[in-house]
Amino acid sequence: MTTISDDMDGGLLASGNRHAPGARPRGAAAIAGIALAAAIVFAGCHSDMYNQKKYKPLAASEFYPDGQASRPLVDGTVVHRDHSDDGVIASGKVNGVPVNGFPFPVTEQILRRGQERYNIYCSPCHGRTGDGRGMAVQRGFPQPPSYHTDSLRARPVGHVVDVIAHGFGRMYPYADRVAPRDRWAIAAYIRALQASRQTTVADLPPSQRQQLK
Amino acid sequence: MAQIFHPRTKVLSRASIMAGAIVLAACTVVAAALYRSSYFTGVNEARQQDVPFSHQHHVAGLGIDCRYCHTSVEKSSFAGIPPTTTCMTCHSQVWNTSPMLAPVRLSFQTNTPLTWARVHDLPDFVYFNHSIHIAKGIGCSTCHGQVDRMPLVWKVNTLYMNWCLDCHRHPEEQIRPKEEVFNMAYQPPADQAALGASLVRQYQVRTQQLTDCSICHR
Repeated sequence: MTTISDDMDGGLLASGNRHAPGARPRGAAAIAGIALAAAIVFAGCHSDMYNQKKYKPLAASEFYPDGQASRPLVDGTVVHRDHSDDGVIASGKVNGVPVNGFPFPVTEQILRRGQERYNIYCSPCHGRTGDGRGMAVQRGFPQPPSYHTDSLRARPVGHVVDVIAHGFGRMYPYADRVAPRDRWAIAAYIRALQASRQTTVADLPPSQRQQLK
Repeated sequence: MAQIFHPRTKVLSRASIMAGAIVLAACTVVAAALYRSSYFTGVNEARQQDVPFSHQHHVAGLGIDCRYCHTSVEKSSFAGIPPTTTCMTCHSQVWNTSPMLAPVRLSFQTNTPLTWARVHDLPDFVYFNHSIHIAKGIGCSTCHGQVDRMPLVWKVNTLYMNWCLDCHRHPEEQIRPKEEVFNMAYQPPADQAALGASLVRQYQVRTQQLTDCSICHR
C-alpha cells in the first residue's frame, strides 16, 4: 500500500513593498498606489483551485483513521468488469490441474506481447534468455531454475500461468501486475525461449537458414 | 499670496513619479524571475523521501523497466505508485536487513502504506492522463527527464501550462516511435521533423483538438 503526501502547496510569495523615503505627500501617494496595485494583482492568487478539496489516487487523508483516501473493499465486493477471463485463463488450471494447451490461438502478436511482458516482469530474475541469471539474481536473489531443463520443458503450460498468478517458492504472485491474457502470452514466449535451444538448423525454414549464413 | 509649493517641488515630484515607475518595474522583474526560479517551480530540486529510493540504481543499474512498478501507466490516467509488496518481491531476499529499508519492512509487516513526497504535482483543475500519452508515442523522458540518472527524483520541467502547450501545439517535435516510449536514453533522430509528422498521422493524433480547453480542463 502506498500513500502520496500532497504537501506541495505553492505558498504564495508576499511581495515586500517596504520603502524608505516618502517624506512628501506625493511620494507617499505613489507608494500607496503601487501597494494598492500589487494588492489587487496578488489578490487573485490563492491556491484553493490548485489544491481542491478532493482526493487524487492514493492520496493521504486526515479524515479516515487509517490515513488513506482510498478505501478498502467491503467484504464480498464483486469486481464490476468482464468476467470472461476468469477461470482457466486467469489460473491456468481446470479442477486444480494445470492444463496443457492454450485457451486461445498463439499468434505472432501474442508472442511479441509475451516477449515484452516477460522482459518487464520476469527477466529481472529469470534473465532475458530464461537461464535464471537475471540482474536480481546477480545481486543476491536466490537463483530460480533455468527453463532449459527436461523437467521444466515437460511441465504443462498451465503451470507457468499458475506460477505467474500465485507465485512459487520465493517468487511472489504477479496476479496484480500481469493481466490474465498476458500470463498466457508470457507462457507462450517461455515456450519459444525453450524451443530456441532445442531447434537445429535443419528445423528452420529455408529463408531463416539463409539468414544464419 | 505666497506660493504653496517651492520651485524645487517640481523636481521632487518628477523624481518620485520616475522612482515609482522604476520600483513597479523592478517588482515585476523580480516576481517574474522568482516565478520561473527553481525556488518556486521545484525544477531540479531533488525531493527528500522517507525511503531514499534510487531510480538510478534500479533502472540504470539493474535494468528494471518503468512498468515493473508503475503498472497502470499504459491503461490509466495514473501511472501508479507500487504497493509495498512490489518492493518486497526482491527485498524479502535482497538487502532484507538493510536499515535503509526498515520503513519498507515495517510497512509490509503492519500493512500500513509507505508515504512518498509527491514530485510531480499538477494543479487539481488539470486532468492529465498518462495512458493516452503513452499510446500516442510520448516518451517518459520527454516530461520526466532521464529518471534513470536520478538518485532521488526531481522535476526537469515546470509542468506549467505554457510548457504543456508547447507540445500540444507541436506534437511532431516530441513524438517518438511507440517502441521507444520507455527508452530513457532516446534521442530524436536528425530527421525528427519528417518522422514526427509521419508518426502524428500514423498514430492519429488529433492535432486540431489538442489545444481545446476541455482536453485538459473539465
